[in-house]
Amino acid sequence: MRVSQNLNQALHDLLDNDPSLYLLGEDIADPYGGAFKITKGLTTRFPGRVFTTPLSEGGVVGIAAGLALAGQSAIVEIMFGDFVTLAFDQIVNFASKSVSMYGRRVSMPVVVRCPVGGGRGYGPTHSQSLQKHFIGVPGLSLYEMSPFHDNGPLLREILMRGEPAMFFEDKSLYGRRMFTDGVVDKMFSYDLTIPGVARVFAEQADAADCVLIAPGGIVQKAMKAARSLLLEEEISSVVIVPSCLYPFPLEPLLPILRQAEVICIAEESTAGGTWGTEVAQQIHQELWDAMQRPVVLVNSDSSVIPASEHLEKQVLIQHTTIREAIVEALRA
Amino acid sequence: MKNSPAYRSQHADSPSTRSVTAETEAADVSAYGRGLSVLADEDLKIALLIRHFEQKLLDFFEKGQLSGTTHTCLGQEYIPVALRPLLDREDFVFSNHRGHGHYLARYGDPHGLLAEIMGRVGAVCGGVGGSQHILRDKYLSTGVQGQSLPVATGMALALKRSSPGNLACAYIGDGTWGEGAVYEALNIAQLWRLPLVVIVENNGIAQSTATEVQMAGTIEGRCSGFDIRYERVDSVDINDIRYQLKPFFRSVRKFVHPLVIEFQTSRLGPHSKGDDTRPAEDVEDLRKQDWCRRYAIGFPTQFERCDDEMRARIDHIAEEVAALPLVSMEDS
Repeated sequence: MRVSQNLNQALHDLLDNDPSLYLLGEDIADPYGGAFKITKGLTTRFPGRVFTTPLSEGGVVGIAAGLALAGQSAIVEIMFGDFVTLAFDQIVNFASKSVSMYGRRVSMPVVVRCPVGGGRGYGPTHSQSLQKHFIGVPGLSLYEMSPFHDNGPLLREILMRGEPAMFFEDKSLYGRRMFTDGVVDKMFSYDLTIPGVARVFAEQADAADCVLIAPGGIVQKAMKAARSLLLEEEISSVVIVPSCLYPFPLEPLLPILRQAEVICIAEESTAGGTWGTEVAQQIHQELWDAMQRPVVLVNSDSSVIPASEHLEKQVLIQHTTIREAIVEALRA
Repeated sequence: MKNSPAYRSQHADSPSTRSVTAETEAADVSAYGRGLSVLADEDLKIALLIRHFEQKLLDFFEKGQLSGTTHTCLGQEYIPVALRPLLDREDFVFSNHRGHGHYLARYGDPHGLLAEIMGRVGAVCGGVGGSQHILRDKYLSTGVQGQSLPVATGMALALKRSSPGNLACAYIGDGTWGEGAVYEALNIAQLWRLPLVVIVENNGIAQSTATEVQMAGTIEGRCSGFDIRYERVDSVDINDIRYQLKPFFRSVRKFVHPLVIEFQTSRLGPHSKGDDTRPAEDVEDLRKQDWCRRYAIGFPTQFERCDDEMRARIDHIAEEVAALPLVSMEDS
């Protein structure tokens, strides 16, 4: 099953099982079914609760918050995650703050889905990974889709928390297949032993020279880097794929991080104020004395994301960028 | 039409007028002395409670007994009082930064609100929200301009489905019309035929900026662009206003559509505290038109009795609240 099908099925199931759930987004109505076809069939099946909306990201997220205030829950699809900046006020200053700014906990089950990432030549305003702009907002959690985490249970769990959340979906994943039964390919396996975290490994899930933390969007490149590190450099890696980016669940990862020779965090975000910096700081705080070297951060360049394929490639993080950063750190 | 004798005679029979006690002044003074009709004690008292509450706040600020900020509604008290019987308990009210009057008209709870503003035990939102962020039952205020309209639209969407006949009512100011969120919300509310009533308190000034300097065209013209029903209220007479607006509220409940009501009103006090840059004579002109002053001249006996009572009540509550212990984070 493709990741896009898994996500579409997840939305069907969620709406089917929860009569208080609404879904809102631009161009999501059938037969179009959303710019990435994630919402196919939903307006037909749930006409009173799934609405295609005008181009009003801020308004629509506000409506979702209003529904939540009325005891309902809502998922909003932002067509391109880049456009979520138009909803920043509703997310940061209303939905998230409402959880606690009224002196008692207010349930606010709103999920804002943001297709993100480049590699498609869509240019500077349709290719970004804006996760970093939402870090550190009280009451707001950040999640990222991966090919390891079944979207149905994950989204249900997020909604159950009763707090607003961003769900980042790297567009490059939509056409990929979901991994099942612990198998990635002939070389790699994965497990989901640690809640919310997939561990991808060649031999051992809990020990490796390199621990590579890579959210869903970068996981294909991370695994490619891990493969070449193993085959060409004899460096073993475990790729850690967290579904929750913030607040980052560090505690269960401490054992594997403690034994690593090198810890690397990879993400597609452009440089500056990145998610990786936030996680690295947490790791340093916990493990500094046991670490052989600081966490290696790998991200895209500090640049807008160009439209031309060859230029885009120069800016965005590649599997070779990850590989080289790790090799260099180990050699230094 | 509104001032025609036919209208007046209907008006004189309205329940609120009938309920007035046989005060001598009601018989002696024309019921429309100084252009205002006689109010039920209850209405007058709530309006005066709001006035004394606001004056007490400014007084406290001046004495350094309050920190932070506040936005008083001096001159606008009659608006939420007029709307009281037009709003149902199950309607959801959204208020803004200038919301003390809205809250007091709905709940008559100066104690909880003052405790909230002063961060004392008994605060309605644990002292976290303060003057601008109040949530109680079906009442919510937020401090960012325009933010509440999309949220109210979402609430109206939920009410339309789950509680037919109820509506979401949102107070905004003239300055709020500079925010794009207003138009996103109005567009969707009309497109989806949602029971949303927008109460515009047009006091002619947004903080320090006169309306004519910040608004092109008119609010009516903007509503007409969305095909949204619009009604303008020039009166400061609570009985008049109720009579004028009753059919509009009935229509929203019965035929389910958005409605914008624009009150032409006056802000007698500063935007916040001590930040009024208007020429003193302009403010004095407004004060001459103050509903309160006019009413005091028209119905001196009733006014004095109610005014004394409310002043004493607020003085007493202020003393009580100021003596309460500070609220702690654990209390909320």
